[in-house]
Amino acid sequence: MAYPYTHEKETRVLSRGFGDPATRTLAGWKALEGYEGLRKALGMSREEVVETVKSSGLRGRGGAGFPTGVKWSFMPKEKKGPHYLCCNADESEPGTFKDRELLRWTPHQVIEGCLIGAYAMQAEHVYIYCRGEFFEAVQVLAKALEEAYAANLVGEDILGSGVSIDVTIHSGAGAYICGEETALMNSLEGRRGLPRIKPPFPAAVGAFGKPTTINNVETLAAIPHILRHGGEWYRQWGTERSPGTKLFCVSGHVKLPGNYELPLGFPMKELIYDVCGGFHEGRSLKAVIPGGSSVPLMNAEECESCTLDYEGVVKAGSMLGCASVIVMDDTANVVKQVRRMVDFYAHESCGQCTPCREGTQWTARILKRIETGKGTEEDLDTLLELGVQMTGTTICVLSDSAAAPVASSIAKFRDDYLALIRRGERVGAA
Amino acid sequence: MPENAKNPDTVTLTIDGQELTVPKGATLLQAAEAMGTRVPHYCYHPGLSAPAQCRLCLVEVEGAPKLQPSCVTMAQDGQVVHTQSESARTMRTGVLEFYLANHPLDCPICDQSGECEFQDYVHAEGPKRGRSREPKRVFGRDDFGGDVLFYGDRCVMCTRCVRYMNEVARDPRLTVVERGNRSVIDTFFEEGLNGSPFHGNIVDICPVGALVSKDFLHKARAWDLDRTPSICPNCSQGCNIDLNVRDNQVQRFKPRSNLDVNEHWMCDYGRHRYHWLNRSDRLDTPRIREGGEWVDRGWTEILEELSQRLESGERPVTAVASPFASNEDLAALRALVDHLGGGRIVFRSRRAEDEIPLPGFPTLTRRRDLAPNRKGAEILGMERVGDDEGSGGLESEMGKGGVLLVLGDELADLGPDFGAQADLFVYLGSHPTPTQAAHLQLPVTTFAEQEGTFTNHEGRVQRFWPGLQPVGSSRPAWLILGALLARLAEREPPTRADQAFLHAAEVTPAFQGLSYETLGTRGALVNDPVPLPGA
Repeated sequence: MAYPYTHEKETRVLSRGFGDPATRTLAGWKALEGYEGLRKALGMSREEVVETVKSSGLRGRGGAGFPTGVKWSFMPKEKKGPHYLCCNADESEPGTFKDRELLRWTPHQVIEGCLIGAYAMQAEHVYIYCRGEFFEAVQVLAKALEEAYAANLVGEDILGSGVSIDVTIHSGAGAYICGEETALMNSLEGRRGLPRIKPPFPAAVGAFGKPTTINNVETLAAIPHILRHGGEWYRQWGTERSPGTKLFCVSGHVKLPGNYELPLGFPMKELIYDVCGGFHEGRSLKAVIPGGSSVPLMNAEECESCTLDYEGVVKAGSMLGCASVIVMDDTANVVKQVRRMVDFYAHESCGQCTPCREGTQWTARILKRIETGKGTEEDLDTLLELGVQMTGTTICVLSDSAAAPVASSIAKFRDDYLALIRRGERVGAA
Repeated sequence: MPENAKNPDTVTLTIDGQELTVPKGATLLQAAEAMGTRVPHYCYHPGLSAPAQCRLCLVEVEGAPKLQPSCVTMAQDGQVVHTQSESARTMRTGVLEFYLANHPLDCPICDQSGECEFQDYVHAEGPKRGRSREPKRVFGRDDFGGDVLFYGDRCVMCTRCVRYMNEVARDPRLTVVERGNRSVIDTFFEEGLNGSPFHGNIVDICPVGALVSKDFLHKARAWDLDRTPSICPNCSQGCNIDLNVRDNQVQRFKPRSNLDVNEHWMCDYGRHRYHWLNRSDRLDTPRIREGGEWVDRGWTEILEELSQRLESGERPVTAVASPFASNEDLAALRALVDHLGGGRIVFRSRRAEDEIPLPGFPTLTRRRDLAPNRKGAEILGMERVGDDEGSGGLESEMGKGGVLLVLGDELADLGPDFGAQADLFVYLGSHPTPTQAAHLQLPVTTFAEQEGTFTNHEGRVQRFWPGLQPVGSSRPAWLILGALLARLAEREPPTRADQAFLHAAEVTPAFQGLSYETLGTRGALVNDPVPLPGA
């Protein structure tokens, strides 16, 4: 068995080279028809490339799920100065580890996607903003980029097409918030990684004040395949509104956690019990966080009929996000898990907006108090009200993300909270 | 308004049920301010960029999916805005509660108490009681260098100070270190703000007591201070200020906004030179020298005596004035000298080696002339003598055989014999002088004790108001000299400063057309501004 875990139900398009060191090299990637998508794109007009991506229905894989082709079309048609494309490789959402794998196994896939995107949006420069902790991934990527430059796939007059695109790898300094696209641009410019107010949107005023588009690694990795085979081909997987395949990062209490590439719309139960091998002996499903730590928790009942596409997860009461499925069995203490998530957000808040700066910390402290048996039932009301104050009131959505698991866990797992509160009361009385 | 009558440079919107028209590009916060509604805010300041991060100024805009930050949302035609709606008020209360979760509530020992925007907002719209039971974050106190102390626990992280140093002072010495709840304002190196010439302004723009002035620390409570609009007397820029006075002592200068002169700022040089106004060695009684001894006299008596002596024969007249005297004072001196047959009036003033411009608003520059009214003196035909230290230029035999009038110049560099050869030597001043030769000593008020005007370096005539009680029986020089001239010329004396100004305006072409009404609180340029030589 190659890559840590594979399963016959997988549809390995993006992850085809996972586990094979050969795909890290230019030759290995070319053996998988690598750079054919780029060659084809360069033979098309820019508009045709954007139309092809639009027709595929590809949606942003960073979490928001915004249609990629539409996003690309927001860039100015008439070029008045530099345009930039940023590849967002600052993958830091707790539970997410797909971009890291794409970068360290298939760096050329990402570079090719970047080049096609840059061509479509007339960007002369691509910045791949990598998470600071991605040490190995950056090394692999840098080596691949060197090879690509040497083969004239990047740089001046790419493959004799007259198109010139440079690619720069930029390592972050270790802040979750720099994965937020406007904070990413600030960080890239050498400023503090603080999200910017929108408007203006990046497509108008982005990195270095120029029109910029920011795409996730997985989004860009899908682009070469779509260009090579066409938009319709991509639609053979997934649902009408969520086409294509998606990498699911499964972690937590399953026998076989890992990265699995599945068509969107795949049933959640099948993912947990079949693909990931289900739970250990005597354990059962308690909760699932389907899209990284910033989406609402789901209880076992909600997982029952949930399908893993953007609409399906919303229907089941949460969000697909970046498809980082964190599975908890009945041994998990939901309060502790939520507290750890909120601690993370409190630590990673940039500190600009008051509701986030103060709210994440306050929420974390209340949760800690409850966890250590010093909570009261009133605290739950306070937590919910703080959550309301922290939602939709800030520049970016970090504070919304911190509030979501708190509110959903109190609604769905109130008994876990009450048990800790009552036990604390009993201990206090004794 | 019919469609075709629409002015393209304005937008019309509705705020809290009231329709109003504002210039295009105005933000909702500015539009609300224009109709007298203050939307609470911290990070927004009219002189700085708006990062929209305090989230206190969120208002409801009909049709928008969520509350909008009014400091960066542009007013648009047909917009319907609610600043007092349930959702906006709930949000504000919530944000204030977030601040309260970590605020030390040390108002009893906080310098800002009484003029604190956090106190004001919490009293107006804060939660009845904070719900936080958690321990508060503690940063403690830090010396930022210069005149500034930082109390981190009181900080609301509005970053006005950081942006001011970056954007206006263009001397980026402050930054936010760490992130999230651990964010704190700090300096980069040990020298901190030392030597940055405009850093005092960060104390003024700090909405809370996080940045306080060492000079003012624990000197007075905000509610004990009387605030009087005035003009900074320490250079010819003429920054608009407020005198903050308690117990008839100036406690500090605070800049007053005037977009034509100093925007919202003032320099540290000017800010910290107010102590001379509190000097206790003052002349407080009109005195006359009789047989080598000083004898106190009442004003009527002494003016009668003086007018008789002045009328006792034609003599050459010489006068020494001061660029710290108001236009009214100087004009009254000019009128008296002219009545007595005319004569030379000189003044001395200090000049600095360099100008110190404020890079983000270079209209405001600490000028080389370190006096508020050199321009006014020159408009009134007075001549600068002496060196850049404000000394020299006067000979001890000055006024020999004639009348010597000194107004406001302490003659500190001159010996006891100065003016001894004058036939009649009248010293009008607020402070004692080393010279022993004067025949009469008439106590006058400082600018801070009287109403009047100064003319700044560009010829802007600006009013100031009395913030201090006069010492003893000192009087404004224009009142004394006006009364004297009235006796000599048998005319009505001015009894108010505005009349004194009009008297001056009648005979001084540059001041013509100006009056206290037209000057208002912003001042106005003289009709024919004369550039200062060497300025």
